[in-house]
Amino acid sequence: MDLYKSTAHELHEKLVKKEISSVELTNNVYDRIAEVEKDVKAYVTLDKENALAQAAKVDKMIAAGEAIAPLAGIPGAIKDNISTKGLRTTCSSKMLENLNPIYDAHVIKKLRADETIFLGKTNLDEFAMGSTTETSYFGTTHNPWNLDLVPGGSSGGSAATIAAGEAIWSLGSDTGGSIRQPASFTGCVGIKPTYGRVSRYGCVAFASSLDQIGPITRDVTDAATVLNTICGVDPHDSTSLPVDVPDFTKALKQDVKGLKIGLPKEYFGAGLDPKVDAVLKKAIADYEAMGAEIVEVSLPHTEYAVITYYIIAPAEASANLARFDGVRYGYRNMKATSAPEMTTASRTEGFGSEVKRRIMLGTYVLSSGYYDAYYLKAMQVRTLIRKDFEEAFKQCDLLLTPTSPVVAYPIDGKMDPLAIYMLDVCTIPVNLAGLPGISVPAGFADGLPVGMQLIGKLLDEETILRAAYTFEQAHDYHKVMAPLGGK
Amino acid sequence: MKYTTVIGLEVHSELKTKSKAFCSCSTEFGGEPNTHVCAVCLGMPGALPVLNKQVVEFAIRAGLAVDCEIKKFNKFDRKNYFYPDLSKNYQISQFDKPICEGGHIDIEVDGQTKRIGITRIHMEEDAGKLIHSGATIKTSDSSAVDYNRAGVPLIEIVSEPDMRSSAEARAYLEKLKAILEYTEVSDCKMQEGSLRCDANISVMPEGATEFGTRAEIKNLNSFRALERAIEYEIQRQIQLVEDGGTVVQETRTWDDGKGVTLSMRSKEEAHDYRYFPEPDLVPVEIDDAWIARVKSELPELPAARKARLMQEKGLVDYDAENIVSTKAMAEYFDEAAKHTEDSKGIANWLLGDVSAYLNSENIAIEQFPITPANLGEMVNLINKGVLSSKLAKKVFIEMLKTGKTPQALVKELGLEQISDEGAIVKIVEETLAENPQSIIDYKAGKDRALGFLVGQIMKKSRGKANPEMVNNLLKERMQ
Repeated sequence: MDLYKSTAHELHEKLVKKEISSVELTNNVYDRIAEVEKDVKAYVTLDKENALAQAAKVDKMIAAGEAIAPLAGIPGAIKDNISTKGLRTTCSSKMLENLNPIYDAHVIKKLRADETIFLGKTNLDEFAMGSTTETSYFGTTHNPWNLDLVPGGSSGGSAATIAAGEAIWSLGSDTGGSIRQPASFTGCVGIKPTYGRVSRYGCVAFASSLDQIGPITRDVTDAATVLNTICGVDPHDSTSLPVDVPDFTKALKQDVKGLKIGLPKEYFGAGLDPKVDAVLKKAIADYEAMGAEIVEVSLPHTEYAVITYYIIAPAEASANLARFDGVRYGYRNMKATSAPEMTTASRTEGFGSEVKRRIMLGTYVLSSGYYDAYYLKAMQVRTLIRKDFEEAFKQCDLLLTPTSPVVAYPIDGKMDPLAIYMLDVCTIPVNLAGLPGISVPAGFADGLPVGMQLIGKLLDEETILRAAYTFEQAHDYHKVMAPLGGK
Repeated sequence: MKYTTVIGLEVHSELKTKSKAFCSCSTEFGGEPNTHVCAVCLGMPGALPVLNKQVVEFAIRAGLAVDCEIKKFNKFDRKNYFYPDLSKNYQISQFDKPICEGGHIDIEVDGQTKRIGITRIHMEEDAGKLIHSGATIKTSDSSAVDYNRAGVPLIEIVSEPDMRSSAEARAYLEKLKAILEYTEVSDCKMQEGSLRCDANISVMPEGATEFGTRAEIKNLNSFRALERAIEYEIQRQIQLVEDGGTVVQETRTWDDGKGVTLSMRSKEEAHDYRYFPEPDLVPVEIDDAWIARVKSELPELPAARKARLMQEKGLVDYDAENIVSTKAMAEYFDEAAKHTEDSKGIANWLLGDVSAYLNSENIAIEQFPITPANLGEMVNLINKGVLSSKLAKKVFIEMLKTGKTPQALVKELGLEQISDEGAIVKIVEETLAENPQSIIDYKAGKDRALGFLVGQIMKKSRGKANPEMVNNLLKERMQ
């Protein structure tokens, strides 16, 4: 039986009805991993022994007639920048190749409390800096739709596990699109919740004011299910919001009648691949046919979003990554003869070039004499971008945009870093404004998945989940399996 | 040429919170290395700080105690620099919006009161500690880091450049220390590093209005070091100027052993700390009610206590000033004064023999072996004439050694002063009979004879005869 293709909510039913066991399911997914991982390379670390022990525990619970949580006994994959006690957490960097964390991230604690299963840790762009998963120290992850293409990034490993059947659900993190863009490139559902919905405690910080953990799944129902477990205020994260968390699965109604969907014109301009545009045009028409009202809106400061992001994110990163100095943990150059020399050498050798590029960029924009011109100005533009959204939301309930202006592109395409940065134009503004955004499969262009992004008001994940669910249920895009072609 | 010295102090004071500023680890001093640590204060990947509200409470209290304005909007910033004892390689601090601004402390030097301005007080976290294998960092093969102190809350109190001498700087630091102790925001133990001081020093020709270029002196770990370093630095800068040189803006360190300041880094080598708002913490709003509550809970401060001692206990200005200079001394005084009417007598002992003993033993009043009650009783025994002041010193020494009550020691040592007239008359007459020549000398106007006779009588009585009575009786008998 190909259990690995299923969704979490289907498998939960089967577990509860005792049609399958968790051990059987977990072994089935590991068999799939054994079969395809050599081509996909989605994982940095696997943890089969503990996963099977946990599966056996859940099977006992079920046998004893205990009620189990929706994710209990269902194997998932965790992006390798989320701290797991005792299971190495590398951030796909040489710097942390051998780091065994002394604590669990808040989301991991919550997932463990639900008795879920962790298959292993997934590959990412080093320290989540990238959009292709090519900057990983452990090698590139391949797109299951075409192994010659990138899976997107930085949560490329987490997205690829879902597309390739190497996990049932996964966690990613999203600083400028790192959940939504790989979900789009691999035909998955990925949601970045409102900033503060999910505790960042234990998510190795890239850009603290932008980072947010979220699920990558096969369908919207699973995304809502994972959100139910991981959302909520955490006393260990001051930026987590002290608000009630609704049951997100209750928002999944197949109904968009009267819903006002805004189309920001700036997101449909130059640079948008016509084939992607065509897929989205059809999706928009579908929504209209289902009773939604389509309105055109404007987010006038969109053109400044990427440059603003590439000031704020590296600035925060330059401080966040300063702790990797070879003193307490992580890679250490052993030949240095003084502490400053050791730190310099450890960082020079332990970080890859993209990470160093961003540390230097961030250090520069915070330097005395440049701060006002760069960082301060960027913070002001960030406020303008936030206000753009506030204005737009006066005219509509949610926004619909491409997730990425392009579909997955070739690995090692020798793309200019700046050109890659610019491709995050649709996802970055959402992080700058702290809003929730979801990417759902909207169709295909030349056999490759195209993602549609729905952006909600602050803390209004429910509306975008509902709209995403309605679209998903009206189509079969999410049911198409990646062919593992190419090469 | 004559020069004027300009001094401003930056004081770091560890706050007496139970747990650290941004995690729940203990702040206790002296634990085994790296035992009061967690993922947060070790800067483990992914760990986040959460503000301990008590830090804000203490900073407000300190600010109110030195008449600062408390700012309602507070945020934290990251101060970036690499050093192995700084676990995140940035320090969470406050940069452009400190919690307190615009206060002052009144100091007294040579009987003159002077107001020293306080520019600002801000909250920040402490770093860990390097432990070198050798005597100094330069002579060590290796250094280990103890992060127990990492994340302990600090306030930094920055003064205006209002001080003009090392004595003023010392008086300011003493007063500030007393205030921090009275308000119980800090232990202020300089030897444990819970109170640390840096001094900005410059010189200018007398009468000039523009300050000279300043040097910042670090590593001033005692009042004595502060005074010595300032004195040295003033002379160094004056000498430099007199020799036709110029003072450069730099950071210098005080070498206590050699008694000199040494250059650490020049202005050009100064760190660019690249401050920016700490994104892991949310701003803290302090409302009027919070400030009002802290204000209403402020304990009696040194100035008020001094006024009370002068008014209620009749102490003179100088004595009161010195008694209140540390909270522990003032508390000792109050406790001892409960046992005697003679407050002045207590003050004399505290500022005389007790202080001398504390200095010679290099201990604080908290470790003083004589209880306030026993000191009070001793003063009573002196006033009742049971103990002469000479014998009192003997009893004092015995009390230090044994901790026994003065009454018990007087009995044990047979030291009661003889004030019985009959007994004294007997000794006086005996002595006069033995020294007829002295009587003749006395009558001839030689006052020394009286002194000789008193000495003989005191010797016979083993010092116990009441000297006043001896004097009177002798004069009577020789008339």
